[in-house]
Amino acid sequence: MNYDVAVVGAGVIGSLIARELCRYNIKVALVEKNNDMATGTSKANSAIVHAGFDAKPGTLKAKLNVEGTALMPELCKTLGVPFKPVGSLVVAFSDEEVETLGELLERGKANGVPGLEIYDAAKLREVEPFISENAKAALWAPTAGIVCPYELTIAAAENAVVNGADFIRNFEVKKIGFDGNEFTVSNGENEFKTKYIINAAGVYCDEIAALIGDTSIHTIPRKGEYMLCDKSVGHLAKHTIFQCPSKMGKGVLVTPTVDGNLLIGPSALDIEDKEDFATTAAALSGILETAKKSVPSLTTREVITSFAGLRAHCTRDDFIIEPSEKNSRFINVAGIESPGLSSAPAIAESVRDIILKSASFEEKADFNPVREEPVRFRHMTNEERKALIEKNPAYGQIICRCETITEGEILDAIHAPAGARDVDGVKRRTRAGMGRCQGGFCGSKVVEILARELGVEINEITKFGGNSKILYERTK
Amino acid sequence: MQKNIICVACPMGCGITVEIADNGDILSVTGNTCKRGDTYARAECTNPVRSLATTVKVDGGIHNVVPCKSAGSLPKDKIMECMKVINTAEVKAPVALGDILVENILGTGINIVATNHCPAK
Amino acid sequence: MLNYDIVVIGGGPAGMAAALKAKECGVDSILILERAETLGGILEQCIHTGFGLHYFGEELSGPEYADRFIQLVDKQKIEYKTDTMALEITQDNVVYAINKKDGLLEIQAKAVILAMGCRERPRGALNIAGTRASGVMSAGTAQKYVNIDGYMPGKKVVILGSGDIGLIMARRMTLEGAEVKCVCELMPYSSGLTRNIVQCLDDFNIPLYLSCTVIDIHGKERVEGVTIADVDENRRPIPGSERFIECDTLLLSVGLIPENELTRAVGIDLDPVTSGAVVDEYRETSHKGVFACGNVLHVHDLVDYVTLESQTAGEGAARYVLGKTEEAEYVTTKGVNGVRYIVPQKVNIKNDGDVKLYFRVGQVYKNAKTVVKYNGEEIISKKRPRLAPGEMESVIIKNDMLKGFAADGVIEISVEV
Repeated sequence: MNYDVAVVGAGVIGSLIARELCRYNIKVALVEKNNDMATGTSKANSAIVHAGFDAKPGTLKAKLNVEGTALMPELCKTLGVPFKPVGSLVVAFSDEEVETLGELLERGKANGVPGLEIYDAAKLREVEPFISENAKAALWAPTAGIVCPYELTIAAAENAVVNGADFIRNFEVKKIGFDGNEFTVSNGENEFKTKYIINAAGVYCDEIAALIGDTSIHTIPRKGEYMLCDKSVGHLAKHTIFQCPSKMGKGVLVTPTVDGNLLIGPSALDIEDKEDFATTAAALSGILETAKKSVPSLTTREVITSFAGLRAHCTRDDFIIEPSEKNSRFINVAGIESPGLSSAPAIAESVRDIILKSASFEEKADFNPVREEPVRFRHMTNEERKALIEKNPAYGQIICRCETITEGEILDAIHAPAGARDVDGVKRRTRAGMGRCQGGFCGSKVVEILARELGVEINEITKFGGNSKILYERTK
Repeated sequence: MQKNIICVACPMGCGITVEIADNGDILSVTGNTCKRGDTYARAECTNPVRSLATTVKVDGGIHNVVPCKSAGSLPKDKIMECMKVINTAEVKAPVALGDILVENILGTGINIVATNHCPAK
Repeated sequence: MLNYDIVVIGGGPAGMAAALKAKECGVDSILILERAETLGGILEQCIHTGFGLHYFGEELSGPEYADRFIQLVDKQKIEYKTDTMALEITQDNVVYAINKKDGLLEIQAKAVILAMGCRERPRGALNIAGTRASGVMSAGTAQKYVNIDGYMPGKKVVILGSGDIGLIMARRMTLEGAEVKCVCELMPYSSGLTRNIVQCLDDFNIPLYLSCTVIDIHGKERVEGVTIADVDENRRPIPGSERFIECDTLLLSVGLIPENELTRAVGIDLDPVTSGAVVDEYRETSHKGVFACGNVLHVHDLVDYVTLESQTAGEGAARYVLGKTEEAEYVTTKGVNGVRYIVPQKVNIKNDGDVKLYFRVGQVYKNAKTVVKYNGEEIISKKRPRLAPGEMESVIIKNDMLKGFAADGVIEISVEV
């Protein structure tokens, strides 16, 4: 197969870049080493669209954050994924931190962040009733919001595929050759050719760049652990609540999620293993303790799951979005840590602009930017539900009780463009198994449906590809 | 020989010590707090039995297996051997609750019977 | 809109027993809604024996116990819909449910009986650290895979939690050829029945580690092992006691939670200890005409008790529908000093029968007594050679005693050593 552009890494960055490039009459490949898109950094992060006052003025982070955040609401609407403009609060607990708020406000103004305002303690308590009594003031940022990062990634990748891109899963790029005109990209077994490569491999950006001899990138996976609480305590935070930032990041936040849960985290620890998604008892208790500083009524009682994600921190301490010094047709998109998600829409556009400097791609007349929102039974009125089941009885069978997910929605997820192939893929697309029982009841049903639809035995179904199988052989 | 067992005759869970002679005769039973404990302990030391519940493979049913149980108690030391026999059995759907799936397992005189229905697919 | 006198949500042992009793009491218009493909509820996968000793006087397997009731439901021509999920109960007792065949059902009920059962606590609720590898599942999920689907969920197994489901699965996995490395129990005692410890663990030489828990899960794709550690009296891991156990599966049997999402959505008062509704002696909730029974009300140890309780609820719903309810003046019940909870939480003193109070204790007691007090005055005292959290206890308040109570009085049950 021959491509014009191959995007390595189907995270939110890679998927949005692939979609952006599908506006042109070229052949695009979105290459992913795992069994699905959104399985790395994009699946486990704070899910925050930052207003943009954190980054140093003049950096790419500062510029692309503000631009990306401005693009996000419309993009989410076009791609049929949830976005909630909840706004954010940076809370100060000491006079020193109150001063920091002033600095953040000034920095925000320099970065072009609209609407920033300092709230005094009374105003803060009025808008956030469960905030600690020790809170002295807060920086209010109305343009901040929350999004579902994996849904955004999946939607972008689906839309890219609908517009002609190939989604190549389970393809770990191990070798890249260049003959002066084209790259040959290989996983050791299969290969394809491409004129351009976009390196959007997240924590693996350094290793992918090294395949063409570019050793300029140093990625340090920075682990962040989170706890997700049941919807019954979703009301404890109405906005994203930050504490004052430190050297390691924006600190522990407490935030509502687009699904009405409450998210607490992250911790921050630099590690070596890029596949280390293990949670640790120390970090989990640490984030809870720190989060309680903001919202004292938090307890572990309502925690339904915890998880860890790896931020792709780079030693340069800014986004790296530029052609490699080794090959101008190999574009690095590296070091995309926070505010990477917020910046993603703007990053996709800037990568497009970089390519268009040297390539003359023709715009596609029939590009369709819209990805219809999948059926969300749980959000429908009874009248809508009635009509839906009449049209397709599969929506009349509830599979996940906790989240009210129907068989029809699971079938949609499996048969979507670049659809789900494993249990976690179904979970990310539909929320089946994300509720308070965490798949206790629906897990086996999802396995059964996957096996039936993919035409395999149920013991071939995995949790997330590879050797993550769920069942062994028949008992007899 | 001395054997320590936990009584399961009731939820008390008394620890019972049974003194057994070389010829297998029971010399004494101590630690029990009731008569049922004594009976249980003696049976457990002379002829321990268990009921067995498992599944049998079904051909053409709505499920791959149908649950079953031993229609009476089996010698405790024959349980794993019985499993081997049961695991080689296969029945054709439909299966009805109470159907005999393995007759007189290992010559014990005990049948393995279906404990649920399994309609044909 | 459909109309029924009684809609029963859940077709497990609780729902069936309630419906049958209501029918017996003279209500003909009854509909059971069951979310699974058959009636029977969780009993369908509980293929071990030990059910029915109290109620039928014989030792049945779960499916056999369920089948007795399924036969009766058929015989009594009680209507039921399977593969049907109740989505909502309105303030006026309209039940919304869906299935593939009927689409959206809108059912006006005079009375509703909640019998949705319970679910297992997941890993997240315990916050066990470690990887997200596959091979971590609740014991009940594994039970379904083995007993209904006929597939092995693992070969080398560690079980966390020594409740009865954990113990039963230790034996079940062993019988099917798996190696069960150990059962870890956070508490210094097992909440399972002694009989199950002997017959499910001791018989197969499976070690039971008390005051021990899983603190880390290893393996990137499939579980490759767990780290276990002893815990101190505050249930915190003791440094230095950690050891690695190689396994491909971790089964969790760490508690059951009544499934009260529908209940909560109607605004029914819940008991924070049972996580079930607050009910009176007929198991009527704070919402008129809505009753609750079985594991959705509080987690039971034996299905036999579920049946008895559900019959009470069925009778209560029938009385309500038939207009036979008397004036109500309530006394409340309260567990103190070792008694974690009592069901029912309130009792109508105008009731013309005896009332049985069910309760659970918080720890193991030997040679203790349970004392019932009314407004501080001892009215019943009973010696108990053994009390354990895993076993439900009960005491009967005779009607003549009840008649002597006054509205707003308090019945307290306590443990005295």
